[in-house]
Amino acid sequence: MVDTAQPFARTEMLPPQAPPLTERGAVKWLRENLFSGWYNTFLTLVGLWVVWSLVSMAAPWLMNGVWNAGSLAECREIVAARAGEGASGACWAMIRDRWHQFMFGFYPRDAYWRPILALVLLFVALAPVLFQQVPRRLLWFTILYPAVAFFLLWGGSAWTPVVAMLGFVVLAAGYRLLSDRLGVPLATGIGVVLMVLWWLFVDAPLATALSSLMPIGLPPVDSDQFGGFLLAFVIGVTAIAFSLPMGILLALGRQSDMVLVKTLSVGFIEFIRGVPLITLLFTASLLLQYFLPPNTNFDLILRVIILVTLFASAYIAEVIRGGLAALPRGQYEAADSLGLDYWQAQRLIIMPQALKISIPGIVSSFIGLFKDTTLVAFVGLLDPLKGITQIVRADIDWKGIYWEPYIFVGAIFFVICFGMSRYSMHLERRLKRDHR
Amino acid sequence: MADQNPARPTPAGNEVAVQITRMNKWYGTFHVLRDIDLTVMRGERIVIAGPSGSGKSTLIRCINRLEEHQSGQIIVDGTELTNDIKNIDKVRSEVGMVFQHFNLFPHLSILENLTLAPIWVRKVPRREAEETAMYFLRKVKIPEQAAKYPGQLSGGQQQRVAIARSLCMKPRIMLFDEPTSALDPEMIKEVLDTMIELAEEGMTMLCVTHEMGFARQVADRVIFMDQGQIVEQNEPEEFFLNPKSERTKLFLSQILGH
Repeated sequence: MVDTAQPFARTEMLPPQAPPLTERGAVKWLRENLFSGWYNTFLTLVGLWVVWSLVSMAAPWLMNGVWNAGSLAECREIVAARAGEGASGACWAMIRDRWHQFMFGFYPRDAYWRPILALVLLFVALAPVLFQQVPRRLLWFTILYPAVAFFLLWGGSAWTPVVAMLGFVVLAAGYRLLSDRLGVPLATGIGVVLMVLWWLFVDAPLATALSSLMPIGLPPVDSDQFGGFLLAFVIGVTAIAFSLPMGILLALGRQSDMVLVKTLSVGFIEFIRGVPLITLLFTASLLLQYFLPPNTNFDLILRVIILVTLFASAYIAEVIRGGLAALPRGQYEAADSLGLDYWQAQRLIIMPQALKISIPGIVSSFIGLFKDTTLVAFVGLLDPLKGITQIVRADIDWKGIYWEPYIFVGAIFFVICFGMSRYSMHLERRLKRDHR
Repeated sequence: MADQNPARPTPAGNEVAVQITRMNKWYGTFHVLRDIDLTVMRGERIVIAGPSGSGKSTLIRCINRLEEHQSGQIIVDGTELTNDIKNIDKVRSEVGMVFQHFNLFPHLSILENLTLAPIWVRKVPRREAEETAMYFLRKVKIPEQAAKYPGQLSGGQQQRVAIARSLCMKPRIMLFDEPTSALDPEMIKEVLDTMIELAEEGMTMLCVTHEMGFARQVADRVIFMDQGQIVEQNEPEEFFLNPKSERTKLFLSQILGH
């Protein structure tokens, strides 16, 4: 080539041009992705055939669905009359008849407004946590929500949750008074001791005294009456809310320089992860009673919630540990070199980044936890999948029904879990800062 | 020659900023720092040079206790570094550090990076902290980037933000750990200019760097380290023109030889 020998200097830069036609359009996409060779063409055709056979099998069953009937037999008559003898059809009438049990179990029917109100308030309480646009002041309601929800769901004297929440006020007051003089860890420790003492010795007498003075409250509902998605929500939401902070503390404990803290954290995490959840649930329902002082009646749902929380927190701790490990050491060094103390560095620098990295793992744990709430069926609680479905199918009217209740319950679980997953993706996008 | 440079007044006083006596450090069985004796006066600018692995980074990281020393004494600004966490935090808030890889906080905006430590450590009101931050951002010539995030800035800009972040704590001593080693050649100058400006204002500085031009221009003293020891220290002109030890001569011939 002669040109290469010539001195050359560009006088103007070339502008970008539109791609040629073969690089655009739907036909090109089809050719490239579905029919790019004989092998891919074959796979596409097989795929289409599988989709077609699935749809053609399920479609009549769904199309012939019956929404108005008193029993499975009636459903079948209607399907036969409508689509001919031998045709199959879904019997959604069962859901119309029994949806309230799938939702609330045996919760008193005239009190359904209570769990519904609790659910609505749950969204109000969650809003400031989940979305930035919501005013921060609503967080106060979020803090009070557990007491409100407890009161709405279980009823009884209104003073019980109020006095119990005062325990946290005792903790806060102790911390406020002592933290300047004794330092954060010691003040927190004393505050916690005071709170426990409050719960052990002051709580019950004070609540009884107040409710005899001023008896306000709702009719009590027993834990046995809880069931369906109400139960799944109560266990799932509580465990999710408490397992995240516990998981953070365990993850930090596992990285701690203090031998005792580290050993306890590692021991706890490895023990919990080494044992199936069902074992823990049996522990909750049977064994825990032996370890507690005699005559303490510790609610079964509460016991289950505690063990499900512990279970989830061990997994979340490991997920967060992964996030911590992914942070460059320079972040710790920069925080140290600016004079931030351990808790400031964790709260302001390390955790925001580690949690962001861990979002997919944390949400997976939450989704798993929510689905695991169905395992409480094994300790005799009425979960929506096994407990309630069994009861419905034991009814003479709906005996023999099989697909419909499971599809119904599965669909609701899917909607909730899919929602969590979408939210986590939204969160990841919102927190994305590298703009690559 | 150097003394004619008006930008280089002699160190302000005879006040001692950092005093290191017979300091030793080991990584496991490896003896990284051996019998280090170093006195830094207030207002003095020191450049530490040496081959990689000579312990120069470790030395300045001991000064704000990012690394722990095992024997000897380090006194920074009148405070001895021991296991006492209170002393360590006190020293760290008085000593600024700039890292090779900037170590900005990627989840915070530039302004938040600068105001975080003043607000939480110095308990400065947010407004005041933001004003200080903007002052130092103007000083490093990137006030228009305040609302952006570190990931959106070039390496040179990030390093200047990192310098401003340290300055916001109003430190009495600044440590620089190879501040230009991770930068593209085009960006080294903007960071060095910022550092030179800082030196001209009389900041006490300890810089680990391979920028010998910078050393000639601003340093009061160049320290050459090898195998964890201080091999030679001298004024920059003497150091570069008349190196005493063979090791220093070899090192200088290698880095200045092309």
